[in-house]
Amino acid sequence: MKKIINAVDLVEEQMIEGLCKAYPQYVKRVEGSNVLVRADKKEGKVALVSGGGSGHEPAHAGYVGKGMLDGAVPGAVFTSPTPDQVYEAIKAVATDAGVLMIIKNYTGDVMNFEMAADMARDEGITVDQVIVNDDVAVDGSLYTVGRRGVAGTVFVHKITGAKAETGAPLAEVKAVAEKVIANVRTMSMAISPCTVPAAGKPGFELGEDEMEIGIGIHGEPGTHREAVRPADEIVDMMLDKILADIDFTGDVAVMINGCGGTPLMELFIVNNRVHDVLASKGINVYKTFVGNYMTSLEMQGFSITLLKLDDELKTLLDAPADTPALQA
Amino acid sequence: MTDNAKVVAILTAMKEAIDENAQFLTDLDAAIGDNDHGINMARGFKKVEADLPGVAAKDIGAILKKVGMDLVSTVGGSSGPLYGTAFMKAGAKTAGKMEIGMDDFLVMIDEAIGGVQMRGKAVAGEKTMLDAMMPARDAMKAAAAEGKGVREVLDAGVAAAEAGVEYTKTIIATKGRASYLGERSIGHQDPGATSFTVLLKAIASAY
Repeated sequence: MKKIINAVDLVEEQMIEGLCKAYPQYVKRVEGSNVLVRADKKEGKVALVSGGGSGHEPAHAGYVGKGMLDGAVPGAVFTSPTPDQVYEAIKAVATDAGVLMIIKNYTGDVMNFEMAADMARDEGITVDQVIVNDDVAVDGSLYTVGRRGVAGTVFVHKITGAKAETGAPLAEVKAVAEKVIANVRTMSMAISPCTVPAAGKPGFELGEDEMEIGIGIHGEPGTHREAVRPADEIVDMMLDKILADIDFTGDVAVMINGCGGTPLMELFIVNNRVHDVLASKGINVYKTFVGNYMTSLEMQGFSITLLKLDDELKTLLDAPADTPALQA
Repeated sequence: MTDNAKVVAILTAMKEAIDENAQFLTDLDAAIGDNDHGINMARGFKKVEADLPGVAAKDIGAILKKVGMDLVSTVGGSSGPLYGTAFMKAGAKTAGKMEIGMDDFLVMIDEAIGGVQMRGKAVAGEKTMLDAMMPARDAMKAAAAEGKGVREVLDAGVAAAEAGVEYTKTIIATKGRASYLGERSIGHQDPGATSFTVLLKAIASAY
């Protein structure tokens, strides 16, 4: 394993410290914890808390700031944060308006956040939650724990954060979050795996000419593996799956998300095809995001996210946001 | 009877067993999960061992409660809440006790299973740790009812847990991250069922 780190045990700690030193105008660390909160706490609004394993940077701490999250909880690499840490985040950001947790649908994340919410409610804090499950690659049937939460979570952060910033009550903020979740879909692929520092070797192996379609953000296997094809053919295959899931006719927001090791050049090549395909199907792209928003360490790959927009979602998507990783 | 000092010794043995099997557990997880089960369990039991001296003189319930809280606060993933809840539930049934017998142990296992089911919303046959825990519990109850000795009862539990692990190879995962693999999860043993078996073996080897 070749990585730019000092010691496996120090990866999360030094990442958090470095992030705080980079963005003191946005975030600060809650003393004695791994929790990152807004540098200036805003009262009188619903506070948003999200989090998950580390290794997805800039998610989620990069989205702490005005118009997005109030607190983020990074766990160990690719491992859900523990309930005591999530509880610290809830306590630190809680206002009289309550707290909304934005959880990606992974068994561990849901369990840890729900345990934390139980602890916070015992302290009299109002906590509610939404669970993001935008990944169309996996079957959402009764025989799985449901679809995974992946890059579409960033749209949930952006739009829900904008709603919360207006001072709307918890029920309305939650309703907007659920509207985004109902209208956002993502599909991912990878051409190389990634290595969790503590594991020291890749979580899976891909042949020189192979790609994994439908991969999760922790390198979990996807729908299938096949030989690498030209970018346009890969995009077509992924869009087919997304467009078959819900009707996107009308206006959409597009996110072409890099998995961490993908050059922007390739993401733009992907975006070029995505726009052409959508145009040919009469789908209007209202806004596009291209970049590394929800990564998987050094994995080479990308995801395509489509969010179907109505007037309310457009307004909230365009509303001001000022965070380390996303400005609007 | 097993006193609190012996419980501490068993917990230390559990820590060592997890360390010895950490790479194996992580490799199993790499096949159908996210490649970190052994790493996470080892981190948890490292914290457990570090905190043992501070609670060693306390009653067994207090010791197990501390173990549960340590696991919840350090393991992460789904194993943290599940194992943490299991130890805390077992601890709640042994509060104030300085020594326990096989009857107590069987109640603790029952409570632990109940906790795992509650937190994980899982039942038998979903390719989870329950597929080792439940047959182990049943086998130990049967052996105890036949009047067998502690070591024999625990050995029966280990054998049933190992059979449970083998059984997980034959079924499709419907809970946890492995559930996304569908039929591709067949042929792989469940890492959680395996780590439970490692822990139960550590208990048995103390007798």
